[in-house]
Amino acid sequence: MPLGARSEKFFGSFFQKRTSLLFRLLATGEGLAGLTMLAILLAVALTAPWLAPGDPLAIKGDPLLPPWQTMAHPLGTDRLGRDVLSALIHGTRTTLLVATAAAAAALGIGITVGTIAGFLGGWVDEALMRVAEAFQTVPAFLLTLALISVTGPRVPTIVLGIAIGAWMQPARITRAEILSLRERDFVAAARVIGMRPLEIAFREVLPNALTPVVSLAAVIVAAAVLIEAALSFLGFGDPNRVTWGSMIAEGRTVLRRAPFLSIIPGIGLVLTVLAVHLTGQGVAKALRTRRIAA
Amino acid sequence: MAGRRPLALMRRRLIGVVPVFALVVLGAFALLESAPGDAVDAYLAGIGGGDAAQMAALRAEWGLDQGPLPRFLAYISALARLDLGWSTAFGRPVLDVVLARLPNTLLLMGLATLLALSLGSLLGILCGARPGSLQDRTLSLAAIALYAMPGFWLGLVLIVAFSVERRWLPSGGIETVASGLTGWDRAADIGRHLVLPVLSLGLVYMALYLRLMRDGMAELWAQDFVRAARARGMHGARLVLRHVVRNALLPVVTMLGLQSAAMLGGSVVIESVFAIPGLGRLASEAVARRDTPLLLGVMLLSAMVVMLVNLLVDLAYALLDPRVGSGTGG
Repeated sequence: MPLGARSEKFFGSFFQKRTSLLFRLLATGEGLAGLTMLAILLAVALTAPWLAPGDPLAIKGDPLLPPWQTMAHPLGTDRLGRDVLSALIHGTRTTLLVATAAAAAALGIGITVGTIAGFLGGWVDEALMRVAEAFQTVPAFLLTLALISVTGPRVPTIVLGIAIGAWMQPARITRAEILSLRERDFVAAARVIGMRPLEIAFREVLPNALTPVVSLAAVIVAAAVLIEAALSFLGFGDPNRVTWGSMIAEGRTVLRRAPFLSIIPGIGLVLTVLAVHLTGQGVAKALRTRRIAA
Repeated sequence: MAGRRPLALMRRRLIGVVPVFALVVLGAFALLESAPGDAVDAYLAGIGGGDAAQMAALRAEWGLDQGPLPRFLAYISALARLDLGWSTAFGRPVLDVVLARLPNTLLLMGLATLLALSLGSLLGILCGARPGSLQDRTLSLAAIALYAMPGFWLGLVLIVAFSVERRWLPSGGIETVASGLTGWDRAADIGRHLVLPVLSLGLVYMALYLRLMRDGMAELWAQDFVRAARARGMHGARLVLRHVVRNALLPVVTMLGLQSAAMLGGSVVIESVFAIPGLGRLASEAVARRDTPLLLGVMLLSAMVVMLVNLLVDLAYALLDPRVGSGTGG
């Protein structure tokens, strides 16, 4: 078979597989609802400078205007007269940025550690798994707090802090998958043709082990959203960014007079976590039906 | 095999805990080293400052002028003597501060776990008894909504609902200050103060146990031994409880151990919302006041609590499932 035809066949089946997965995902109720919500959130985050121009932390009107009163401030204003709707829109950016970056970092660390531990085995495996166990023994939130208290509250350290508390589960699952794959024939074949162990681990074994790990992604993103919110609620977020957590903390000082200031950003958080969770459920369902159909 | 008895299992687990705890201590030391300032800076800042000669003398006395390895050894030997360092924020030894706060956190965590586990399993059984039914779908949806809520936000909503509009329950603190209550009256007072925090912490995790119980049961219905029991004519509550629930309980128990660390982390925010003087609030105070030894003290104590809970869970597991502990592996 000529090379061109082969690659066409390869990519053809690749794309067919992907599109059919997306189709199946949209066919599940959870997937459709979750993806729609995620798409809206993403659109709001990307167009925030146009939807709500100017600095969301700037004072725009009278303080403590209730929601649904004026067109200028549809969701009211906070204690200092800042527009709640603009803050809500700009807060979407921080939430999505920190959560996806932290989840990506956690998965990256976890998959790397899990692959090395599972494939090399022996004392390397033993040592890495003990380290993972030690990390799981300390509450992740405390670990994140400790890291931020040492490095200062900036977005990169917050992302790293959240990832440090979340890489263990992907590591364990990757390791288990790799262990079940590493005695297969194709690994032995790769050894015979002289590939180096780590090359085999990452290029041959890992791609076959990824599905269950990726299913974890939704759980990790959802947890990262909540951890970021809790951090900024406690005042350990990046002070130069609007976050939903810091909005809730701000509103808390006037909770008796203006409960909406704390309640509105919380609804944003609930909807975001819900969107991520439903998408994850949809993906799991779609993967299951594909496996049954195959 | 010999490893079947719970005592032997306990011994094996205890030996396994040692290297893990050593790694936690190593991590704590690394964080302490990378924090700006050292114990001498912290101590002098606490007592009102000192001159360069005094600082040098103190550093020599505490061994802080030596390399990392001797300092690490000094740190370990101090830990072995239960010396967790000096808290600058409180002007007292870290151990005293931390131990004073521990009971409140354990009480909050224990009650929240109890709520999450009992209510979660119960509602999970209701869902799992008839997967796909209306009650299953309604309860599962409610559980997903609860799971998506940040605990601290749920806490604020509960405060607005129950202690701002209607002053039914107190919105903060662990007990009425200077109330002079003793005995049962005091316990009732503490209980009233804990209703909202326990709900905020427990309801989020309840959703998790509900889901676990429900999914476990839904899968078990298709298993051969359940179908066989059904074929033998067993049905109704007897089938559900004896065959399905009992087997679905095992992952729930496992989750109990895994969630203990998450719950300790969650109590940091909940204790801050409700102004409960516990370990969690201490952690955020330590960060806000740049008191690294105190933060690490909280971390080490939390790690010990988590290890203890996991040991107990292993033991409970061995008692629930006779197959565990009979093999050679862990």
